[in-house]
Amino acid sequence: MQDWLSPEEWQAVALSLRVSAWAVAASLPLGILVAYALARWRFPGRGLLNGLVHLPLILPPVVTGYLLLLTFGRRGAVGQILDQWFGIVLAFRWTGAALAAAVMAFPLMVRAIRLAIEAVDPRLEQAAGTLGASRPWVFATVTLPLILPGIVAGTILAFAKAMGEFGATITFVSNIPGQTQTLPSAIYSFLQVPGGEAQAARLVLVAIAIAMAALLLSEWVARAIARRIAGA
Amino acid sequence: MTLEVALQHRFPGVTLDIAFTAPAGVTALHGRSGSGKTSVVNAVAGLLRPQAGRIVLDGQVLFDSAAGVNLPPHRRRMGYVFQDARLFPHLTVRQNLTYGRWFAPPGPGPDLARVVDLLGIGPILARRPGALSGGERQRVAIGRAILSRPRLLLMDEPLAALDDARKAEILPYLERLRDGLGLPVLYVSHAMSEVARLAATLVLIEAGRVTAAGPATALLSDPALAPMIGLRETGAILTARVAAHEADGLTRLDSPAGPLWLPQVAAPPGAALRLRILAQDVMLAVARPEGISALNVLPATVAEIRQGEGPGVLVRLAAGEATLLSRITRRSAGALALAPGRPVFAVLKAVAVAQEDVGSG
Repeated sequence: MQDWLSPEEWQAVALSLRVSAWAVAASLPLGILVAYALARWRFPGRGLLNGLVHLPLILPPVVTGYLLLLTFGRRGAVGQILDQWFGIVLAFRWTGAALAAAVMAFPLMVRAIRLAIEAVDPRLEQAAGTLGASRPWVFATVTLPLILPGIVAGTILAFAKAMGEFGATITFVSNIPGQTQTLPSAIYSFLQVPGGEAQAARLVLVAIAIAMAALLLSEWVARAIARRIAGA
Repeated sequence: MTLEVALQHRFPGVTLDIAFTAPAGVTALHGRSGSGKTSVVNAVAGLLRPQAGRIVLDGQVLFDSAAGVNLPPHRRRMGYVFQDARLFPHLTVRQNLTYGRWFAPPGPGPDLARVVDLLGIGPILARRPGALSGGERQRVAIGRAILSRPRLLLMDEPLAALDDARKAEILPYLERLRDGLGLPVLYVSHAMSEVARLAATLVLIEAGRVTAAGPATALLSDPALAPMIGLRETGAILTARVAAHEADGLTRLDSPAGPLWLPQVAAPPGAALRLRILAQDVMLAVARPEGISALNVLPATVAEIRQGEGPGVLVRLAAGEATLLSRITRRSAGALALAPGRPVFAVLKAVAVAQEDVGSG
């Protein structure tokens, strides 16, 4: 594959995979928590949280990217603190690309997991409670295994979304080859220069292959888990 | 073991105001659906927080609204058998059975092999709940509750979702459990046949209130409670002893009401049995009937005639030291000139062996 793709193209593919993997892995625990809170808890500000989570789905990605730049940029409210106290800089780094991808993919992840949690019969969790399991144990031994298909689906959906993220990423962290030039940014760049169509086409094929693989994997895993639960 | 329950809770439509004490053995909560039985059990389990009240098990306060005590369900250690089994679909039968073990404090308890044997679920241990029949599921649920080493077993209509054949399949297991494990049980049911077979104590609930509570034998043969229990279900309970198995296949029983003959009772001579004689299965005659196929005819005295709504009356009879109930029409009562003190003969059309009472008699 390294021969087939130029080093520059390969770099974009590898970066995209790394950015998406980190984006999904780092946001998954928060995603499960938010999904659980939205599905099961009644608290003031629940509507606001729901809106906030879904905002990136509706806002123009450029706006989301710009808001990220305002917040997490070197002079942004949060970015300043991260830089001065922890030495963490997100703007124009691959970590910033991961943050942008995570924010954009978050609503999809939360939606899938939330639906799975809402499908779990709370009476099963009550039964576990009467058998001596405390709340955290009930979650770990009953809720979590039952929502596993939803978590897998949400994770893969979020990964695919992160792989394709373009608008917010290019606004927040720009399009620096080797740093922040993800797969979509690279395709966009190649299309800007004369004669870049062939390179772009190769990357398009890679993008399609990854997306298909992700979809097939999620189908297969979800079916395997469902079979295990229903099984004889 | 004593469970003291006192609680008040207002639901839309019905207000619960319940107080009773459950001694050791099986205590049945009986009442129409919607009378609040399940809410009482949920409150004992900690799944419902009553607006006011106090629940104490063996001196340990589980809930006390005045003192602000409310133990969460997982710290109450109640084995709860739900009407709908609620097995964990992602676990095998064996994993379901041992689930509560993880959380039970160390100590002696019923062991898996014994419970599996008692419930007859050995062949399905490796299966998942999705592939089980309703009766199998309910038996696994019972085993799961017992193996969590509970201090009290709560059973909410554990047989209601099953057809008669399945019920008949599980009832003997429940009897064996009651006698074999010595666990106190709170049993919710609207089926009087189950109650008569299993319960030592009966609590009758109507529209959120306790209308009567006490020993099941006394309550079931009290004509005043007949409208609550249901006329078809009303009947006396007698304790009898197996006297002899006779050559023609009949078993002679000695009861406080007199000798009774039943077809082949599967119990050795000397064994104590509980017999249930439904009021609708008792006919009355003013003279000893001649040329009649019924085997069991007992002399008795009319003690009380109770007029209900409709064309029937309920007659309470003193037969020896026992009480019998008979349901006849008002017209017959008039024709026979029945009145308290009048000697009659009770013709028993059917006698059911309600339970084998080991020990307690």
